[in-house]
This record gives sequence, C-alpha cells and structure tokens, in this order.
Amino acid sequence: MNPGFSRSRRRFVTGLAAGAGALWAGRLLGATPVLAPARTGNRFDLSIGYQPVNFTGKERLATTIDGSLPGPVLHWREGDRVRIRVTNRLAEDTSIHWHGLVLPAAMDGVPGISFPGIAPGASFEYDFEVRQSGTYWYHSHSGFQEQTGHYGALVIHPREPDSFACPRDHVVLLSDWMDADPAAVYARLKKQSHYDNYGQRTVGDLWREIRDRGVAATWRERAMWNRMRMSDSDLSDVSGHTYTYLMNGQPPAAGWTGLFAPGEQVRLRFINASAMTYFDVRIPGLRMRVIAADGQPVEPVTVDDFRIGVAETYDVIVEPAADTAYSLFAQAIDRSGYALGTLTPHPELSAVVPALDPRPVLSHADMGMAGGHTGHGAAPGHASANPGEMNHAAMNHAAMNHAGMDHAGMDHAGHAMAAPTMGSGGAGFGSAAPVVHPASEFGPQVDMRAEAPAYRLDDPGVGLRELARRGRRVLTYADLRHRHGTVDPREPEREIQLHLTGNMGRYQWAFDGIRHADAAPLPFRYGERLRITLVNDTMMHHPIHLHGMWSDLETGDGARIPRKHTLSVAPGARVSYLVSVDATGSWAFHCHLLYHMPGMMRTVQVIGGGA
Amino acid sequence: MKAASAALAVSGLLFSTAAWSHGDDDPLLTKMMFDQHEWRRATGSDSGALVWQANAWLGRDRDKLWLKAEGERVEGITEEAELQLRYSRAVAPFWDAQLGWRADLGPGPERHWLAAGLRGLAPYWFDTDLALFADADGRTVLCLEAEYELLFTQRLILSPDLEVNVYSQDDRATGAGSGLSDVEFGLRLRYEIRREFAPYVGLVGWRKFGDSANFARQQGERSDDLQWVIGVRAWF
Repeated sequence: MNPGFSRSRRRFVTGLAAGAGALWAGRLLGATPVLAPARTGNRFDLSIGYQPVNFTGKERLATTIDGSLPGPVLHWREGDRVRIRVTNRLAEDTSIHWHGLVLPAAMDGVPGISFPGIAPGASFEYDFEVRQSGTYWYHSHSGFQEQTGHYGALVIHPREPDSFACPRDHVVLLSDWMDADPAAVYARLKKQSHYDNYGQRTVGDLWREIRDRGVAATWRERAMWNRMRMSDSDLSDVSGHTYTYLMNGQPPAAGWTGLFAPGEQVRLRFINASAMTYFDVRIPGLRMRVIAADGQPVEPVTVDDFRIGVAETYDVIVEPAADTAYSLFAQAIDRSGYALGTLTPHPELSAVVPALDPRPVLSHADMGMAGGHTGHGAAPGHASANPGEMNHAAMNHAAMNHAGMDHAGMDHAGHAMAAPTMGSGGAGFGSAAPVVHPASEFGPQVDMRAEAPAYRLDDPGVGLRELARRGRRVLTYADLRHRHGTVDPREPEREIQLHLTGNMGRYQWAFDGIRHADAAPLPFRYGERLRITLVNDTMMHHPIHLHGMWSDLETGDGARIPRKHTLSVAPGARVSYLVSVDATGSWAFHCHLLYHMPGMMRTVQVIGGGA
Repeated sequence: MKAASAALAVSGLLFSTAAWSHGDDDPLLTKMMFDQHEWRRATGSDSGALVWQANAWLGRDRDKLWLKAEGERVEGITEEAELQLRYSRAVAPFWDAQLGWRADLGPGPERHWLAAGLRGLAPYWFDTDLALFADADGRTVLCLEAEYELLFTQRLILSPDLEVNVYSQDDRATGAGSGLSDVEFGLRLRYEIRREFAPYVGLVGWRKFGDSANFARQQGERSDDLQWVIGVRAWF
C-alpha cells in the first residue's frame, strides 16, 4: 500500500467493511445490498429497480437486479429453453443483454438494434434455446445503467458431463463502483480527460530519469511523447480515484470470501463486469490453471498472473493444498486500486493482502511504433502525431515488420513452428494485407495513428512484461488454444480492416474516425467466413465485442483457433479474428469500455439468410 | 461582466449534463473556467487590485461558443475589462479555429474588434491562444498567450505563462504603442485540492515597450511592474 495514503483516501479506495460501514454511516439502511442467492432452472422472473447502497461511506442509489448487486448468479443448462421475464421498475427504459450468447437477434437485448427496450413499468420475456455452456454474464445495454450495478453472472452447465467439474465452484465477478453520476463523469472526461490520472510525470520523475540515463537520452525519450502531446501514464480514463473496485459486490475492506477444503480442486469463474477497468489477477501462493476463456474451453495452461479485459471471462482451477487462506488479488491496470477476496478453509482465517505493483508506464511499442515490445529493442522511432507527417513508406514498413522482425520478439509463432507465421494470411495466422489508415482517420477526432501496429499476441502487456521478465508466467492471447480444435476450419473469404481511433484530449472515440451516429451499418454476408482485423490507433486498451457470433481469435495456430466474444486490443497493436456469419439480423459491435461505447460502435447488418 | 456571468449561469442551468439522451456520444455541454482570479497590489498605489481571466464554453465536440473575459478592478472601479465572444470549431487534433468579436470596455475609449484565433495545445504541451484582432479604424493587434504546467506532485503544479501584444499602430487614447507593446509573464504555484479547485500564489511581471512605455511615462505611470499575487483557479 502506498505509504502516502491518507486515512480518508484509504477508506475510499478499500471501501467499507459491511458492519463497520453501517455503523460509520450511522444507520443500517445504507449497508451494501444483500446478495441474492443463485438461481437455477429455465424460468426466471427478474425485476430491475433502484436500491440504496453504501460502498464508500456515502449512501447512493444503485440500479440492481432483484435488489442485488451484482444480480443473482443464473445457472442454466445447455440445450434448455430458458424464459426470463424482466420487469422494469426504473423511471427510464432498461434492457438485459446476455453477453457472449449465441441466440436470435430479437433476444439479444440491445435497444435500438435488437428490440425497442423495456419501458418503465413494462415487462419483456426473453425466450431462447441455450446452445452453449460455460461462464458468461448479463448486463444492461441502456445508457450508463451498467455502471450503476445492473450486471450479473451466468453459468451454463454442459449437457455432457464436464471433465473439469470441481467439488468447489465459485463465481468471481469483478466490477467498478462509483458514487458519482456516470453522465457527469462522462461530461467531466470531455472537459478534462486526464482528470483521474494521478500518476502523471512529475519534475521528480524527470530528475531521476536524467540522473539514470543522462540528459541526451532523457531529452530524446521525452521529446517524442511531448511532441505527440501524449502521456505515457495514460492507462485508465477512470481510475481508483473515482472507483471502488468490487469482487462479487464486496469492496476490499469487506472482502468476498470463498471456502475450500484443503486438497480440493477449486474452479474460479472470473468475470470482468467493470464499466472501464482492466484487472491483473493473481493469487499469491497458488498457480492457476486456465481452462476456459470467454466461456469456451481452452487447452489448460498454468499461469501465475493473467490480465482480464472488460467483459472477458476466464475459468481457472486452483488446488490449495495447505490449510491456509489465500488472497484473490485483482489490481487495476493502472495500480490505482484493487478488488480483493479471500479463498479460505475457515471463514475466520484471512490472508495477507499483497502490495500494489508499481504503476506502469507505456512504451514505444504501446504507441504502435517499431522496435518490439519486449523492451530490449526500444528503437527511437518516429510516431505520426500530425496528419502532415503521415507517409506511406512508414506504413509499408509497418506491414513488412511481421516477416522480418523475428528478432524483436514480435513473431512468437515463429518460435513454436517453422512456418507459417502471424501475418501470413492463412486461417489462424492473421491478415497478410497491409495496414492502411483510411482517409476518415485524418481529422480533429483522431490524435494518433499507429505506425507499426504489430500482432503482439505473446506480449504480456504494459505492467506485466516486467513480471514475465522476472520469471513469472503471465497468460497471453498466444496461450489460448481451443481444447477441441478449430471449430470452423474454412479460410476467410473476405477481410475487413477497422481502426480503433480516438482523441484522448477531446475524449472522442470511433471506428475509422467515424462515430456510431454518423456511420452506415457494417454489412456481413450470411454464410461467409469473414476476417476482421482491428488496428489500435490509440494508447488505450479496447475490449471489442461482437454480438451474436463468435470471434475466432487468430493466434498463430490454425488447428486450435480459440473462440471468444470479447477481444482486447492492446495499445498500438493489431488483432485479427475470424467470424462464421451464421446469425441473421442486426447486431451491435463495439468497444466494451462504457464511455467509449457510444462512439466506438457499429451496427452490423447480416445480409441474406432469410432475415 | 455581470450580464455575461448571468447569461452563463442561465445557459449552464439550461444545458446541464443530465439533460442529454442515452446513447449520445456527443452531448451538449458547458464548462466555466476561472483560470485566474487573483488579488495583487495595484501598480503605483497601495490599494489592492482584483484581476480575473475567465473562459466559458457551450457546445459539442466540434462546435462551441466561447466566452472569454479579462479585467481588473481597483477600489471598486473597473480599470480594465475585455470581453470576447468566439465561435470555435475543431480543425485539427489539437487545435480549434475561432472567429468572433472582442470589446475593450475599460475606463478609456471603447474599442470593438473582429477576432480570429487559433486555440489549442502546441507540441511540448504549450496551451496556446494566438489571436489577431482588427477594428473598423484599421488597427490590428496580434496577441499570443501560452501556458505550461510543471508537476511537482500530482497536485502541486507550477504554471508559467506568457502574454505578448503587438499593435499595428499607435493608439494614444488607450496607451497602446505600435510594434511590440507589452509582455506579461506569470509564474503561479497552485495546489489542486480537487481538480476543479486550486488556490495559488504567484509572481507576475509585466513591461511595456516602445511607444506604449512612452505613453505610460507621459501619463506619469509605470512602464513595468513585478507583483505578488494570490488567487484561486476553479472550473466546473
């Protein structure tokens, strides 16, 4: 813990212990909400309403499902037909989107795209067949309701016996709570985008850098960032300064507790239901065997740490042998706070809470510049901040990197296999097409373009690279291999390249520089195998979620292409994935950071298929 | 000033952030900034002076209406007041082009100007406002304002700023001389209790040049000064 933390700040960050909170607030009403018990079956009645909560010492009104924050865990069974009647007791429209589920478009729950939404006082019955199993979640797709508590976990049990069934099975749902009004926070970001960044470079940092590296090297490094008017400390738009991070609805001071018996296998279903927060998860003393990503089975991989992007889910198995307690520690990517829980054999036994890691800073690779991400080859590149500086030579150079820069550590696939490598164009190996910045990306709404956006699937990412270098095993996308092999082995027939763009200072976000409101629907053709390549032209991570169809992530292994519903694109990187267009109708396709979503979104329209 | 403040307050109420509809990535917003609101010793006297420099805008991502006000009051008398209204449009990632009107409403003769400006963030993080003003009598003024921020801590911030005015011709009635007329340099150390509210102390120095300095001396006034200031910076 940062020694400079004041007492009030500490209370804000860690929240209140449930009992102490009620005492401190001087009333019992304001305690954190009662967690509704999990529900099992195929018919559900859910009611969306307001509920007083108190996570920080201040009572606030949350938006909850059946008075619970998070909403009740829903247990379904693969193959069942489920009917969920949702009643709106709010003063505004609401909705529930079943995140990651393959279902008819009218059941997807996105107002304006799948259905009109649920009006105040009205009910809507979701009715569909469950065609998959695994760990998913559900949340509002109306306004900023998700930020105020409208989310819950979804566990779908497989029809066939689960080879990874564990005697203990816990949902670990991470989220970010704020006392402030989300619309006001969005407005605040437009007025001063760095409002929540309390990790900016100071005169002291500059002095230390000069002392360690000399004036010339410091000047070269700083000049690049300063010319671009970018901050290398820009990791989270909304940080622990505003947020209190929750694990299963509990702030760190209260702490969620999961029980186990020593020697038991414990399955933990991590869900990142945050509005804006990426978490880095570890359990000091335990290694985690990752068995599923976004609900879908992957070949088990044992790790010490993993990063979970907004809206992603990971299932892990741990085997705590000792009769001792362990901390489930999920620190925010900018290290401004953490969500915390305890895995313990006895409710009264608690574990030591780890210290937050040092706050990371972005590197050249995170800006999409040439030079590799592993840190041993930080070439003094030149990024293109100004439209006038853009040139095609730089772009072609970027496209060629993939073939020629094995030494920079970009071509992870090359280590494992002789050929082919990422960027060679075959199914599973990413696009061979050059990265071309469309004309719509040049304007006041876009403040940078990645010059050499690389496939960095084996990159642990900012803040975790140091850990990997010190020998800790950090999960990366390159580790994800479908446990049962590639589901659809077809080669892609068509490619779409989309650029994730933004202007951090103006707080504008878009695909290809065109916000959702100004964009024509994106056509998919029914039956096609489509490749989507996302190029991240910003300095932020963006978790991109396609509704209704799987995103088959290309990691450099054509035989075991993993399926995901949400793909995190690292700053300055690119990601390719294949989509089997097997759904009809209109679907949402967007960045799952809540305050990026209004702009960085497209309506996908599937052409053909009888719809 | 009073009328302008009232107008802003009303527009602030009308266009509060809660009024926008769901799904809109580009709501109509307002921002008011008192960049400087400070007390100094008045030049050439022992009385105190209240000096302000405030901005406000109303608008969306691309188009905004800007209001800019500067002034000084000594012993209840407005010594200097300048008001600008500019239409602002985002033209480049870090720059807004602005066009509008400026009124000098001090105790001397009123001057009305057409204003054309470029406002934004220059490379190396210089907050910049470059404007050209022209009036009906053929006078023109070029004004450059630039500000920088040095963070000692995340909340303790030293902010140097510079203002330079260049006039096309002498304007004896207002005391402005042609060419480089005056330069003001400020150094303010603020502490952000919240991002929106920061008290500060600072040092401000200004100097008149050429005919501006001559006009001042002829009036028996100083042509330069160095003053301590204490004030608050606030926005909402």
